[in-house]
Amino acid sequence: MTDTQWETYEVFHQSKRGEAHEHVGSVHAPDAQVALQYARDQFARRLKCVSIWVVRTSDITATDYQDESFFSQSTDKSYRDPKTFGAPDHL
Amino acid sequence: MSEQDEKEHLAEFEARIARGEKVEPGDWMPEEYRHNLIRMIGQHAHSEIVGQLPEGKWIPFAPGFRRKLTLIAKVQDEAGHGQLLYRAAETLGATRQEMIEELLAGKAKYSNVFNYPTPTWADVGVIGWLVDTAAVVNQSMLAQGSYGPYARAMRRICYEEAFHIKQGYDAVVALAKGTPEQRAMAQDAVNRWWYPTLMMSGPPDKISEHTERAMRWRIKTKTNDQVRQEFVDLIVPQIRALGLDVPDAECAPDKATGHYQFTRPDWNELKRVVNGDGPCNAERIAARRKAHDDGRWVREALAAKSGQSTKTAPLLA
Ligand SMILES: [Fe+2]
Ligand SMILES: [Fe+2]
Repeated sequence: MTDTQWETYEVFHQSKRGEAHEHVGSVHAPDAQVALQYARDQFARRLKCVSIWVVRTSDITATDYQDESFFSQSTDKSYRDPKTFGAPDHL
Repeated sequence: MSEQDEKEHLAEFEARIARGEKVEPGDWMPEEYRHNLIRMIGQHAHSEIVGQLPEGKWIPFAPGFRRKLTLIAKVQDEAGHGQLLYRAAETLGATRQEMIEELLAGKAKYSNVFNYPTPTWADVGVIGWLVDTAAVVNQSMLAQGSYGPYARAMRRICYEEAFHIKQGYDAVVALAKGTPEQRAMAQDAVNRWWYPTLMMSGPPDKISEHTERAMRWRIKTKTNDQVRQEFVDLIVPQIRALGLDVPDAECAPDKATGHYQFTRPDWNELKRVVNGDGPCNAERIAARRKAHDDGRWVREALAAKSGQSTKTAPLLA
């Protein structure tokens, strides 16, 4: 029995035009076309969906949770935050 | 890893959980945490997959087209839940292949409740209503757990379970408001499912091996007895509101605590059924094997088309 362990595809789901594609999970599939069909059956059989992306999991490069320094900010970056300015909100 | 490092990692891990943060794949985690989660999520996945069978049997005989479509959708959801959960377990280093092989070999455990027969249409309604309510109480608890991929899967699943409960309740209401024969059929199903459903939450806390650790690491956020009590408090008024009886003369609200008292199920029966010796265990595994064999040509055809054979799953969720 070596026939159920296909590679995995990450699934991104767009609920309506104008919204971002959101990661919803992953499926096993023998290729990307079949992955789209499985993704539809698994993640779009009820909620509204206008577009699905699938991408081979092994093609994703991710940061490492252990490497927190990757996101650390050595200098004060508060000037990037609109809330730190005194300017009125209606601007 | 040195013992000192191990200690530091563990302290960090426990502090993260105490802060209410989720653990994600790739994080350091104690072997025992990983191991317990694989066991638990695997058993949960198998329960969803086997759980298709008792109700699936009724698809050809459902009374009316709408109920037939509804039941097909419900059973399809359970298959989807199984697949979501196999993926969650894979983020911990298990493979779907291994887990499926274990199930087909009859070595895997899964929920006791799917090893009971479904002789009447009322069973379908009562399973959706009672069994899925018990499942939701448990799964909403698990959605608060510490392992990110499992908690995310639980949130998605709970949303669909709401549909399962409502369609089951609706089917039971139709019977409860029907002819005396139909009412009797509904009552008979409640009588047969009551104790198996109470057993679903697992052995009582005092004999459950895994509870203390599981609570500290937030693999679970409530004990088996707490989950069971929550279910009883929720379902008893619903059963009585339909004019049906809870098959337990002791079942009454306790004035002091506000919780329902109830007779505990036979824990030896739970043990027997979970260990493979229930009324339908052999039938369930045989049905899964047949489905697996019957579907092989489809998997082979798809794999041949893509040229892909076996690959292991990377650690992403
Ligand atoms: Fe389910
Ligand atoms: Fe369900």
